[in-house]
Amino acid sequence: MRRLKSAWKTFLHTLREIFDENAYSRFLAHHEMTSSREAYAQYLRESNLNRERRPRCC
Amino acid sequence: MNRSFLRTLLWICIAGLGAFSLATIALRRGESINALWLILAALCSYAVGYRFYSKFVSTKLLLLDSSRATPAERLDNGRDFVPTNKWVVFGHHFAAIAGPGPLVGPVLAAQFGYLPGTIWIIVGAVLGGCVQDFVILLFSVRRDGKSLTEMAREEVGRVGGIVAFIAVMAIIVILLGAVALIVVNALKGSPWGTFTIAATIPIAILMGVYLRHLRPGKVLETSALGFALVLLAIFGGQWVAHSAYANWFTFSAPVLAVAIIVYGFSASALPVWLLLAPRDYLSTFVKLGTICILAVGIVALRPTLHMPALTRFIDGSGPVFAGSIFPFAFITIACGAVSGFHALISSGTTPKLIQRETETRMVGYGSMLAESSVAVMAMIAACVLDPGVYFAINAPAGVVGATPAAAAQTISSWGFPVTADQMATLARHVGEQTLFNRTGGAPAFAVGMAHIFSGSLGGTALMAIWYHFAIMFEALFILTVLDAGTRVGRFMLQDGLGHIWKPLGRTSWYPSIIVTSAVVVAMWGYFLWAGIRDPLGGINTMWPLFGISNQLLATVALCVATTIVVKSGRLKYVFVTLMPLCWLVAVTFSASYEKVFNSNPRIGFLAHAAQLSASGKAGDTARLIFNDRLDAGVTVVLVVLVVMVLVESFTEWVRVLSGRKQPLATETPFVRSKFAQEEI
Repeated sequence: MRRLKSAWKTFLHTLREIFDENAYSRFLAHHEMTSSREAYAQYLRESNLNRERRPRCC
Repeated sequence: MNRSFLRTLLWICIAGLGAFSLATIALRRGESINALWLILAALCSYAVGYRFYSKFVSTKLLLLDSSRATPAERLDNGRDFVPTNKWVVFGHHFAAIAGPGPLVGPVLAAQFGYLPGTIWIIVGAVLGGCVQDFVILLFSVRRDGKSLTEMAREEVGRVGGIVAFIAVMAIIVILLGAVALIVVNALKGSPWGTFTIAATIPIAILMGVYLRHLRPGKVLETSALGFALVLLAIFGGQWVAHSAYANWFTFSAPVLAVAIIVYGFSASALPVWLLLAPRDYLSTFVKLGTICILAVGIVALRPTLHMPALTRFIDGSGPVFAGSIFPFAFITIACGAVSGFHALISSGTTPKLIQRETETRMVGYGSMLAESSVAVMAMIAACVLDPGVYFAINAPAGVVGATPAAAAQTISSWGFPVTADQMATLARHVGEQTLFNRTGGAPAFAVGMAHIFSGSLGGTALMAIWYHFAIMFEALFILTVLDAGTRVGRFMLQDGLGHIWKPLGRTSWYPSIIVTSAVVVAMWGYFLWAGIRDPLGGINTMWPLFGISNQLLATVALCVATTIVVKSGRLKYVFVTLMPLCWLVAVTFSASYEKVFNSNPRIGFLAHAAQLSASGKAGDTARLIFNDRLDAGVTVVLVVLVVMVLVESFTEWVRVLSGRKQPLATETPFVRSKFAQEEI
């Protein structure tokens, strides 16, 4: 049961990482901010610089 | 002792089952086999490859060291460099490398039968593709997450760096042209498909606005909402197709091509958060879900393959694309077996997330195995169709005839019976007006997927929904690749032009954005336009060109890897990278030679140009001749560039081995990791 729970946690964590929710949480922690429109806009400004240059494979 | 014995016994059983499954798919002739044999052969081979070969590469060649700090640990900035759980990095890396390629390539290669493509997908991945992804990832980790181009410049030489840059640019342009052509061929004359795909644009924009203004940072929730809206769009498409509005969404190939070109240009210039980012999320959401559903569907329903193991078209006379089994089967399937494009991802975001060196094995080698399994599923989706139906969908009008009756007669005369009525019924079941001459692979994959699912879920009543779901799924992938690729191409061009005139290199300067976006879109748009005007369906030219350029990039990546191996003194194990390198050189160079110089006009660009020239026909002939010569020129230039990298690499190896040059270590110096030690 504990293993199942741990696997589910990892699965959710993976999804949150793939969908950049963890990156946003790290951004908030790094800048000591709480989630808001302004904070997310600032996060997008920073993260989009990387995203724009990230190729998508065939 | 007992445990060790049991483990050995287990691996002997897995290897034996894999060998038996491979023998079953290789030796059965004249009778249908179950798709599960392909799945078993693949899974057992992957298990043995991962357990033994990747372990051998880790311990003998790469000497993975869990005590060595990775750049994610040393340079942790909470943004690009972040030590991340290995399963999370695995998911992240897989989501980045899996695109439409492993779905389309195997569907096209199925014209040779299920055997050649399946064997290449399995063997190519275990000995080539996985090795490439793994070693490039590890070498990038040991060099602070440097890109392939940077490693090529530092390890091979200046020419290597420039060639890698040009090869990346060329592959992006050719790839975008080829995938755009697949979307056009899938949507032409299809109001349902066109409506659904068109609807994904406002849905993505809505997601972008929702994410930015209503629920900041809730990407999973937004993607789930977007997915629900896309499902609604699929059902809405069915209504549109049967309503008076159907004409509004029924377009010919040229109109769709112009729409995609305009779209590509706009998407490249729009803010990332508005269209690219939300669609990327939506595409990933659909991709992961659909791949899982397809895997479960194949295992649960165990469909029978109707395609023979080998078809008569191994001789090179295939209607889907012309060319014999060697080398064309091996360049048609790139992404599912060996893909140079993966080297860009392995030396991009992923190395900056790796927590411990030992995890590169699972992430690099393991993710490619997962991608390869997607290619096996695509092969199954194509081969569950009746061969006659498969060829009717994938063969261009220029080969089989423009009318349903003519096409059915031609295909039946090859020994693959099909009738116009049978195709009309199938088209009606999937909600299309016709399925003849739908080249490009996407419609055949969609029909195959619909066929598998209709075996249990909803029967033929839901076949149309499954078909359009699959089309939406592939088109969504492709439009995401198109957005991201155009932008990446634009940045590369701006980086290059910035050396000539500084303002052009400023990525936020609007005149530069517009000019460079227009240049990149014009380049892939030209290939797209040439494809839709090609009487042989376009894919006959575009997909081999894409396969050649993709695997030439893999050649460059393996040259870089082999050079690093030689310099590190692990010569005894150099065969690990040298063996796939030699194979790729043989495959890509022969394919390039065939595509340029073969005397058969269906294969050789120059022979086709000469045939057109001799025909003396007016109209489009001059432009078609120019296109053939351009394709030949592009192929020759790419090969010459890769020959230069090979020569430069070889010279470097000889210098190092003869002692004329001291191998310079470009790895970052060893720093002890603070993370717990882990046995390799």
